[in-house]
Formats: sequence, structure tokens, C-alpha cells
Amino acid sequence: MAKSDVKVKVLGTWSSPFVMRARIALNIKSVNYEFLQERLWEGKSELLLKSNPVHRKVPVLIHGDKSICESLIIVQYINEVWSFAPSILPSDPHERATSRFWAPYLDEKWFPSLRTIGVAQGEDARKAAIAQVEEGLLLLEEAFGKCSKGKPFFGGDQIGYLDIAFGCFLGWLRVTEKMSGMKLLSISKTPSLLKWADRFCSDIAVKDVMPETEKLAEFAKMIMAKMRGAAPPK
Amino acid sequence: MAEGVVLLDFWPSPFGMRVRIALAEKGIKYEYKEEDLRNKSALLLQMNPVHKKIPVLIHNGKPVCESLIQVQYIDEVWHHTSPLLPSHSYQRAIARFWADFVDKKIYELGRKIWTSKGEEQETAKKEFIESLKLLEGELGDKPYFGGENLGYVDVVLVPFYSWFYAYEKCGNFSIEAECPKLIAWAKRCLEKESVSKSLPDQEKVYDFVLQLKKLLGIE
Repeated sequence: MAKSDVKVKVLGTWSSPFVMRARIALNIKSVNYEFLQERLWEGKSELLLKSNPVHRKVPVLIHGDKSICESLIIVQYINEVWSFAPSILPSDPHERATSRFWAPYLDEKWFPSLRTIGVAQGEDARKAAIAQVEEGLLLLEEAFGKCSKGKPFFGGDQIGYLDIAFGCFLGWLRVTEKMSGMKLLSISKTPSLLKWADRFCSDIAVKDVMPETEKLAEFAKMIMAKMRGAAPPK
Repeated sequence: MAEGVVLLDFWPSPFGMRVRIALAEKGIKYEYKEEDLRNKSALLLQMNPVHKKIPVLIHNGKPVCESLIQVQYIDEVWHHTSPLLPSHSYQRAIARFWADFVDKKIYELGRKIWTSKGEEQETAKKEFIESLKLLEGELGDKPYFGGENLGYVDVVLVPFYSWFYAYEKCGNFSIEAECPKLIAWAKRCLEKESVSKSLPDQEKVYDFVLQLKKLLGIE
């Protein structure tokens, strides 16, 4: 059966950077898919609960009768199933390991700190979060130099795994800059990342799935208002 | 040829154990360097400047960090023998999912069990058992998560077995009573030399935990 005969669906939300990773990977491979939007604030759909019973989170990639969960596992699956060029991961094992290294750092340290900037209780917490984010950006500026080897992306000539893993957060980074009045990416401290960010966001695989900063900022305000007024989480 | 493989490690670390098992499964000779985490070596700080943590795998002078990444690296470089990840894409995604699940749940919940008391500990124990039961479900009737042979998820999970006795003593509960299939699986894994030589004795780990509790001022 040709791969194009099997239906591909992505279960997700337009605002989630993790969902964006899956969609960018599919776009890179020119795979057509149906985007099923979850309205998470209205409760999780039956399909989501059935296809991701363990975590009940988006994104979920549904490929025929198979469900694949966790954004970077999805990206690797897409790269392996649609194994024609361009490849999302480098072929050299050490370079692959380097690309993969940054993902847990981004997901477990850097992005949580970025989110904290907007909602931190107290000036100390906010300052600590900003420091973590800025430190991370300096590390990634250095990593960009090593990984890109003078080319436009972490992945070289094309968007690769680390571009996707990091670039998906640019929408939220820009919202944070807008709402806090700070510049996190700057020409003085992170000149390569500043240029890379524009290149990434205007890439054909990204531009239709990266939300506009204005729209995301409105969404962020709505969530923050809901969180302030909401009952304690379950 | 396994030219120049060095492992910076710390004997009770379940993350280090994963790499030891993977290297043993592939028959790779390497230099094991024990780190004193209160006095980290210059080599460790140079090879893992971002996290300054073990394990660090150094292959021909180049570092690889993060245990799951290290195991995949080993599997990719020495791909001609004892494959750890399945060859089929979907099976690989499933294996990666459960390895990620182990990282998200087992380590953190286990740590909560030996560091906390009262309500917090009870909650941690309950979630820990629930997580192990989900893993039992994934194992099913297979001898190993990898099927007939040790695979990625087996390598990722079995190191925590060396900590089970410590969790049980600190939490005053029996893991075997709740998850007999998982204990049977762990013992089956330990029949393999690659595992038995990589895991420390459970009593030794418990002694270590007691010392750590004293150091951290935990009752």
C-alpha cells in the first residue's frame, strides 16, 4: 500500500509548540495530513483519550490505525517512515547525539523558565527565570555555531531536528518579549540566533503553522485571566 | 572497533547502569572512570559543561551526554550486533515512548519515596505502583520488553530494580506484592551477564541511600 493511501492526522492545538513540531516535520516531508484541533479548555476529546491514554496530551500523530505520542518521538517517526530526503536528523551518530542532546534541556529547563517569566510570583522568581532563559540562549548561540558550520540552520542547509525542537518555541519567545518589554534575542548577545529565528519562521515548512505573535499574545492573556479566576487545578 | 571508549559514571546511578548494560550487550571494551560527585573531575566538567552530570560517554575523544541518547548512540554505532531498538519504525516509536515514560515517572517517583514522608510519600508510592503496572501491561507475556531478547526499554528500566529494595525499606511496602510480573522480568534480566555485572547489589544501594539521607538531613 502506498504511504499516501494511509490517512495521516495530527491531534493538537494551534498554540502548542509541541504540536508545531509534528506539523513542521510533516511539512518538511511534504506529507498531507488532517489537523484535528482539540479544544482543551472544553475537555479532552474521545479520540485524544483513546489514542493517548497514558498522558492524554497533544500532539498525537495518527497514521492509519497507529497512534504515536510525544512530539520528538513523532518527529523521529516521521523522519523514519518517510525516509526520503530531506532527512531531519543528521546521518553521523555523533551529530545525531548532539542534536538530540538539546531537546531535554529545552523541554525540561529552558521552556518552563520562559513560561515562568510571564506568570512568576515575585521579582526573585521572575529574575531567576529570565537568567535561565538568557543563559540557555547563549548556550544555544554557541551550539548554533558548532552545528550549522556556517550554514543557515542547525541542521545545515535545511531545517533539522534541533531547528524544529527549538524553533517551535519562537512564537512564545516573541510573546514573552512583547509582554515583558525585554529583548531576549539580541544583535549584541545572540546575533546568529536572531537571524536564524527570522529564517526559521519564514521557511515554507514553518510559516503556516507558526502562530502570529499578536494572536498568541491574545491567547496568552486569555489563559492568564482564566488561571487567575479558575478553581485550583485537579 | 571500539577505539577509545570511556565512561564517566557513579556506581549507584541508574542512568550510568543503562550505559554499562548497553556497552556490555554489544561486547564493547571501555574504560570506566568513577566520579566523586562532590568533587567533579576536570574531564567531566569539560565533557558535559551544560549539565555537569554523569554518565558521560566519551568515544574517540568526543562526548555524548544523556543516558537515553547514549544508549541510542551505542546502538547506532555498533549496529551490527545485539540490536536494542526494533527495526520497524512504529515499534521504535513505542519503545521510545516507554523509555520516555520511565524517565518521566520512575526516577522522580522513586526519589520522592525515599526523600519524603506521610501524605507525600503515600501519593508517590501509589503513583509509582500505577506506573509499574502500566509497564507490566506493556510487557504482557513477552519475556522482555524487547521480545525474545533484551531491548531498549529493558536497558532503560532494569537499573531501577537495584533501587527497589531501598524504595521498599524507605516506603515500607512490597513492590513484588503489587507487581509480581515486573519483578519476575527483572530477575530474568539479571540472569544475563550484561545486566548482573552492571547493577550494584540492592543492599549496597540501600546503604548508600541511608548515607545520603543523613547527609541531606532527611529522617
